[in-house]
Amino acid sequence: MGAECKCNCEQDKSLDALFAQNKGNPNGLIVVMAAIQESQGYLPKDYLVKTAEELGVPLSDVYGVATFYAAFSLRPRGRHSVNLCLGTACYVKGAPEVQAMLEKEMGIKAGNTTEDRRFSLDLVRCLGACGIAPVLTVNGEVYPRMSSDKVSEIIAKYE
Amino acid sequence: MATVSLTIDNVKVEVEQGSTILEAAKQIGVNIPTLCYMKDINAIGACRICVVEVQGARALQAACVSPVAEGMVVKTNSAAVRASRKMTLELIQSNHPQECNTCQRNTNCELQALSEAMALGDIRFVRPAQSHSKDDIDNSSPSIVRDPRKCILCRRCVAVCEKVQGVKCISTMNRGFETVVAPPFNQSLNDVNCAMCGQCSLVCPTGAIVEVDDTGKVWRALDDANKHVVVQTAPAVRVAIAEEFGMEPGTLAQASWWQPSPPRL
Repeated sequence: MGAECKCNCEQDKSLDALFAQNKGNPNGLIVVMAAIQESQGYLPKDYLVKTAEELGVPLSDVYGVATFYAAFSLRPRGRHSVNLCLGTACYVKGAPEVQAMLEKEMGIKAGNTTEDRRFSLDLVRCLGACGIAPVLTVNGEVYPRMSSDKVSEIIAKYE
Repeated sequence: MATVSLTIDNVKVEVEQGSTILEAAKQIGVNIPTLCYMKDINAIGACRICVVEVQGARALQAACVSPVAEGMVVKTNSAAVRASRKMTLELIQSNHPQECNTCQRNTNCELQALSEAMALGDIRFVRPAQSHSKDDIDNSSPSIVRDPRKCILCRRCVAVCEKVQGVKCISTMNRGFETVVAPPFNQSLNDVNCAMCGQCSLVCPTGAIVEVDDTGKVWRALDDANKHVVVQTAPAVRVAIAEEFGMEPGTLAQASWWQPSPPRL
């Protein structure tokens, strides 16, 4: 702890303003962390250390919050966010087979990001579109009635 | 000071406004069992052991965080309350290693004592695997051993580390079954600014945070005919011994035979 911040966050004007605005204010923790997640795509360690120091929150609490909420990631995310629904309807309509194919094509397990940071694959619980199950979304775009044979064609569209 | 009158287990009681049900019950000698509660330090209603029945309330209420209200009727030991406490304990125990006999806190464990008091019996919920394994034990510190397998996530250690010691080198990480009380960034206790004060081990209701057991080392020293053994309790053992031998207060004692290694040429 007390490590010197070696990140280039000084260069990020909007984050700087946010740090200044929330200096000594523990209540600003989530807002600041969300902004870092948004601008960096994940929560780099240096930024978390700086957040703890600027807001006056113990680093253990900052890390606790970072690991609690699914919206925060401690590892860089991929350029394309792939979400497969594993809710009940999607599950019984064959989502597990789609998952297996996605994992095979991407070479990663769900919950991870490919080495080249092209894709992050996550499993979600019910997107509220059970009528078109199984549902896959890529960057928010919906792919209805998925099956494993459609997987390679879809992911080829995203570079 | 404004007061509130209520009924607890058929006994009328008048308490200060803003008191909790737990405090009000204590005033008339009614003992509500608790697990995560520590007066003035940790009142978070997390463990649900202190639940009581409040007439008209939708669900059982955690006595440690529920303020009293005028005319409130509370039952602290009804069938519903007992069933709930028992279920809670059973769920906690379902993810707790059943190795009490060899645990450092055996017969001095709040979870064990409560389980006995509630006549827990069989634990109906069995997890195929526990959340944490022996590999997760942190014995990096010279003073404190942290065993996440035995942790019931009451957060008493976290609270005392922050509010009493002002250190807060541990907090709750992750969520769900993966939740663990630990230093940040998967560091061990020896990597962070833990002052080794031992307050966490003192307040831990189970054997999840305990002192390093040096009993074996002490026996070996006692059995060593060439060793003169003196006893000095921590903290600052070396300073205390130095003072005992008439050295300037604050001097660190060191054995006369001890010399810093000569620089290698």
